[in-house]
Amino acid sequence: MIRRAVIAFATFVLLAGPAAALQPPAGQAPAGQEGFVQIDELPKDQQLPAAPLLIAAYAFVWVALMAYLWSIWNRLGTVEAEMRSLEQRKRQRDGS
Amino acid sequence: MRKLFLPLTIVTAALFAYAPIAIANAPYESTMLLIQKIFYFHVPAWIAMYSALFVCGIASAIYLFKGRVEADRVAVAAGEIAVLFGLIGLVTGPLWGRKAWGVWWQWDARLTTALLLELILIAYLMVRKYGGPGSEKLAAGVALFGMVDSVFVYKSVDWWRTVHPKTSVVTSLGETAPAMMPAFALCAVAFVLLMTLLLMLRVKLAQQQATLNDMYLADEE
Amino acid sequence: MVFLRTALLVLRKDVAIEVRSREILYTTLFFAVSCVLIFSFAFVREGAPPQEAAADVAAGILWIAVAFSGTLALGRTFERERYGETLKALLLAPAPRPAIYVGKLLGMVLLMTVAELVLVPMVALLFQAALFARPLLVSALLFAGTVGFAAVGTLFAAMLIRARTRDVMLPILLYPITIPVIIAGVRGTSALLTVPPDEAMATMWLGVLTSFDVVFVTLALWTFEPLMTE
Repeated sequence: MIRRAVIAFATFVLLAGPAAALQPPAGQAPAGQEGFVQIDELPKDQQLPAAPLLIAAYAFVWVALMAYLWSIWNRLGTVEAEMRSLEQRKRQRDGS
Repeated sequence: MRKLFLPLTIVTAALFAYAPIAIANAPYESTMLLIQKIFYFHVPAWIAMYSALFVCGIASAIYLFKGRVEADRVAVAAGEIAVLFGLIGLVTGPLWGRKAWGVWWQWDARLTTALLLELILIAYLMVRKYGGPGSEKLAAGVALFGMVDSVFVYKSVDWWRTVHPKTSVVTSLGETAPAMMPAFALCAVAFVLLMTLLLMLRVKLAQQQATLNDMYLADEE
Repeated sequence: MVFLRTALLVLRKDVAIEVRSREILYTTLFFAVSCVLIFSFAFVREGAPPQEAAADVAAGILWIAVAFSGTLALGRTFERERYGETLKALLLAPAPRPAIYVGKLLGMVLLMTVAELVLVPMVALLFQAALFARPLLVSALLFAGTVGFAAVGTLFAAMLIRARTRDVMLPILLYPITIPVIIAGVRGTSALLTVPPDEAMATMWLGVLTSFDVVFVTLALWTFEPLMTE
């Protein structure tokens, strides 16, 4: 029950982040409608900051790789634990 | 193969440790400036994805036509890793595109086909998991289609007019922007080595699972 | 020669069974019609189909209906094979396996073509789409798209007969691979629905569809045998 609530909350948090990011920044006029403006001629408050996107990209790469490594580690642990318990049961049966 | 694991890990770790320095030292691209630095992870991720996909496809073909079970284990490992690197590519791409194109996503030929390729690989994993007995062969067939489809994905930017840059950006990087080559080559090598390492780990997991299965079967007799 | 005869025999068998009961034919047709009707209600505003992008809407709906009813027909056809265990019998026969595949493929193409014969006039009527302005090109596009879709579909549906979750697996496997075929078909058809019809564009997409067909049929012929053996 608690586990399901935690999963639902985590999903909401994960979705809320990108959803908030997708909202157009307040006060940004659609400059493209009046005609093409060179990006360095746009006033600073109408340009998207690049650094957060860059950091998010690199962070995602690391998070994804670590998550996959953790998943392999977990699965390997489960399989080896099962193997050990199976061997133990066999030894008990053969011994007794 | 087992003996290569530690040296490979050390080399890969060293490459990834040096990568941020190399990327910071690389020159800015004239129109995109800072955001273009995603290039050094975005393209190598797709290179790794394609490598994994071809490993998966060839292993699947060997499993399908020769029946070698080890090939099937390599195939499932490569399939998972291809999904991983494809996901990295599909997330870093829109993050770059948000700044460079102004939109998170466009339904142009390259983005659409790349997304579909990722879906084919996810379908590959789903067939293996939920297809029931004998699903390894079915999945091998899907992997072969995925491998063939990847050629269309790669060439889509050259055949159609897309918002995504063409393949010539990377293939002629040596002439157009030689100062970017060291960082790019380093990252490309690092990602392919990383893919190989993950493949070795995942194949080990598959082998352990097979051994466990055999132990259960032997136990029943 | 044996190849062609085997394929045609398999086709004749399927047609003979279908003519007797007409079950798959009627259900597929009815599903295709309901599909188009649902889309009509979704897109019609104040009694008229959308005026802007009318070509794209009509083309899109036509091809979606073809894809969905094709998936349904695939499922039903091979369910019948599974129920009668006839596929196993076919595979035991001393016939080249790829010929069996081609026979089933031809049957599928025939079934989908009959559905399209009903769908095209319906879409033309309900969406006021000039699908009969260039009938040869539209037919060529539909045929090429059907062959591409059916080629992949027949392979996967045959493969999935033994799988437990075959009903849900077929769309999961089929759509990512055949969506490029659908996209090419939609773009080609929509180019023909503009005023005046853009024949050059449609011919280009027809070329794309043909290359997909060649690749898919070749790959399917190559993999059918190992995929069907235990």
